[in-house]
Parts: sequence; C-alpha cells; structure tokens
Amino acid sequence: MSPFPAGASPNAAGPYCGHCGQPREENAREGSPGDASHRRKDADDGGSLPPSSAHLRCASRLHLEPPRFCGHCARRLKVQVTPLGWWAACSRHGVTTYPASEP
Amino acid sequence: MTATVHNWPILETARAQVLERGMGLTEDQLVEVLTLPDEALPQALELAHRVRLRHCGEDVEVEGIVSIKTGGCPEDCHFCSQSGLFDSPVRGVWLDIPELVKAAKETAATGATEFCIVAAVRGPDIKLMNQVKFAIDRINEEVDINIACSLGMLTQRQVDQLAGWGVHRYNHNLETARSFFPQVVTTHTYEERLGTCAMVKAAGMELCCGALLGMGESLGQRAELAAQLAALEPHEVPLNFLNPRPGTPLENQGIMDGKDALRAIAAFRLAMPKTVLRYAGGRELTLGDLGTREGLLGGINAVIVGNYLTTLGRPATADLNLLVDLNMPIRELQKTL
Ligand code: SF4
Ligand SMILES: [Zn+2]
Ligand SMILES: [Zn+2]
Repeated sequence: MSPFPAGASPNAAGPYCGHCGQPREENAREGSPGDASHRRKDADDGGSLPPSSAHLRCASRLHLEPPRFCGHCARRLKVQVTPLGWWAACSRHGVTTYPASEP
Repeated sequence: MTATVHNWPILETARAQVLERGMGLTEDQLVEVLTLPDEALPQALELAHRVRLRHCGEDVEVEGIVSIKTGGCPEDCHFCSQSGLFDSPVRGVWLDIPELVKAAKETAATGATEFCIVAAVRGPDIKLMNQVKFAIDRINEEVDINIACSLGMLTQRQVDQLAGWGVHRYNHNLETARSFFPQVVTTHTYEERLGTCAMVKAAGMELCCGALLGMGESLGQRAELAAQLAALEPHEVPLNFLNPRPGTPLENQGIMDGKDALRAIAAFRLAMPKTVLRYAGGRELTLGDLGTREGLLGGINAVIVGNYLTTLGRPATADLNLLVDLNMPIRELQKTL
C-alpha cells in the first residue's frame, strides 16, 4: 500500500524528478548507456540503469520518502514530515501537502 | 507423528537462562545466535517471542516521532541525511508549535501513548530548549500522551530542566558498537553519548537508547552493541536498519539482509528480555510486510507508527491492523505513567 496516492507529490506533474532533481525526459532523449554526466551524483541508480529507466527506482523510492526536489523547477524543497503526513515547499511553486490540507 | 526439531545448543541455553531466569545472553552467546543458520531462525524467533510475552507481556507500545528542527546538524554521523556536512538533499526546517500540537493529536488518535520530539543538533541551545518547553506545555494542555525528547547530547542543567518539565523518556542512541563507532562518527565520542545516557537515567527519566544495524559492522560488533546496550539497562531500545541516504558516506551501503535483521531482533530480545524493543526506521526496506509481522512474533513489542523524521513509514493503519490480526493490544496510557 502506498503511503500517498500517485500524483500527490509536487514532482508528479513537472519535468523534474522529485527524488533526484534531474530532468525526467532528458535522460530518456539525450542520455546514452554509460553516460551519467548529466545526472546528480546522488541519483540512486548509480548510473547503472538504461537512461529511459533512470528514474524508475526514484519513483519507487517516492513511496517511502517525500519528494526533495520541485518537479517544476528542480529547486530543493523544504520538507517537513509528521507521523501521518508531510508537506514540501518550493520557494517559487508553493507548498504541496499530503494528505491534502493546510501545511 | 511429530516433526524432528533440531535442538540448537545456544537456544537450549537461552531457554533456561533468558526465558526461565530472565538473564540476558552475554556477548559471546549473542554471536552464537547471530550466526545460527537460516533453518534455526524460526526457533530463535519463537523463543524470543516467548521471552517477550513472559517478561514484557502481550501489549505493544505505540509511539509517534516528529522532528522539531530538521537538517543542518554540525555532526557527521555517516548514515544521517540531516548532517550539514554532507551533500544531502534534506534542507533545514523548523516545525512551528501549532503544527507540532497537531502532530501530537494525530499521533494520540492512533492509540499511541508516546510522542517523541526530535531535533537534529549536537545538543540543544537556549532557543531550542525554550521552543521545546513551549511545545511541551502546549501539548500537555491539549493532548493525553507521554512526551519524550531526543535533542542530542545534554548538559546536566539541561537534563534537570527536561526532567523538571515532565519529559518522561529521553532518546539518545548508541547507534553502533563502541569498536565500530569511530568509523561512523568522528565529531563526538562514544563516551560523550554514554555520558548523556548516564545523566538521563540518574535524573529519573526513562532512557531510550537505540541501535542502527546494517552499516557494515560485523556480526561480532552487532553482538557487542547488544551487550553494550544491555549493560546500560535502557527502558527502551529502538532498532533501526540502515536506509542508505543519498549524499551520505553510507549511501552505497547495501540494504541489510532480511534474515540477518530477524536474527538481530531475536538476539536483541535475548540480550534484553525486559526492555521495550521497538521497530524504528528502515524496516520497510529491510523486512517488508512479511518481515514486519515476523519481527512482532520474534521479540519486538513496540512500534513507531506512521512516518519517521525524514522518510515515510508504512501507513499507520497497516501496523495497527497488523496488531489487531496478531491479537496484540496497544499498551494503554496509564500503564506507562
Ligand atoms: S547528531 Fe543526530 S542529526 Fe546530527 S548528524 Fe548525528 S544522527 Fe544526524
Ligand atoms: Zn530521479
Ligand atoms: Zn519549484
């Protein structure tokens, strides 16, 4: 069971991965296997997965942790986790909460 | 017709020593438990469960934890995404008091009797102590729950203040064995940690002192840690399994094997028959749903419900439903006061 529904995180809609902060599509279009130069060094696939699946593990991680990067601009988010929820704030794109409510 | 059950000598010893007499296993004995083959694991867990039932009872203590100050810590604990010394994506943030009270209310609504306020600091400064005092007062006004704190290393004056404010339990983990500690933390010493633990106990607060397994320590060091914790006689031991965090020195450490984690649960229970042994962070990755259940039938008698400080846990309902399934009542508030 996922702690939050798909789409609840601010990364779900934007062009950037909420877990590693790298472009979602760029990896698929421009990367080539073995070329990890465009990825953050903390991208947790270690560069080992083919570019098109580079964020699959990120996506699975986002079931067990809140997003850390804004999906719209890749800024690092301010994140507060509480026992039953979390909120994540981008200085430009505002706050996302789970469950959806006031932060 | 009965199935043949191998009698593992260390488990026979543990039955007499721990189950019958309530005396924890020694470090050498714990190595034997931690090196039992997989086929012995069900028996080890079953014995640990019986020890827990006999010496702690059938109820389970439920706790919620929340970070009042996240990130930007000056210490270098190599597993921690909140250290300001690593290139971790976790940003600094303070939780305001209304949010903290709301979190305490939500935690109490799950049936939890414990609410732990945690800060990512070497030790608290005056600003943090004032904030914590204010938080404790507001929570006490509005919520029926025991308040615990985890604010790093304390001075004697701070210990006395927290005890005076009614903090009934203080968390300060050993994390790992003394012999492995310098490979994990260089900005403070094991002795400093022990010093805070000793002051907490002397002031009459319950000591919560935990472990983080799977950081590359040997099985011998796991046994060493369990024995060192047992020597402290903590009221509670939260058991964490490493969740390798991006940007930390341990980010490439693999996830601990589930069977090793279960062996460790049994070993820690056999080291500390009367201690509250709590599932804490990392169990979702290391054990999954099935392993979570096995651990609760293998010595664990407390859980952190819902999320952790910077990562998410299983949904609270998943754990609470599991306790119903297992016929394990949640410990009631008055018993812990
Ligand atoms: S003292 Fe606590 S918050 Fe700071 S780095 Fe160590 S574990 Fe993290
Ligand atoms: Zn990613
Ligand atoms: Zn943004």
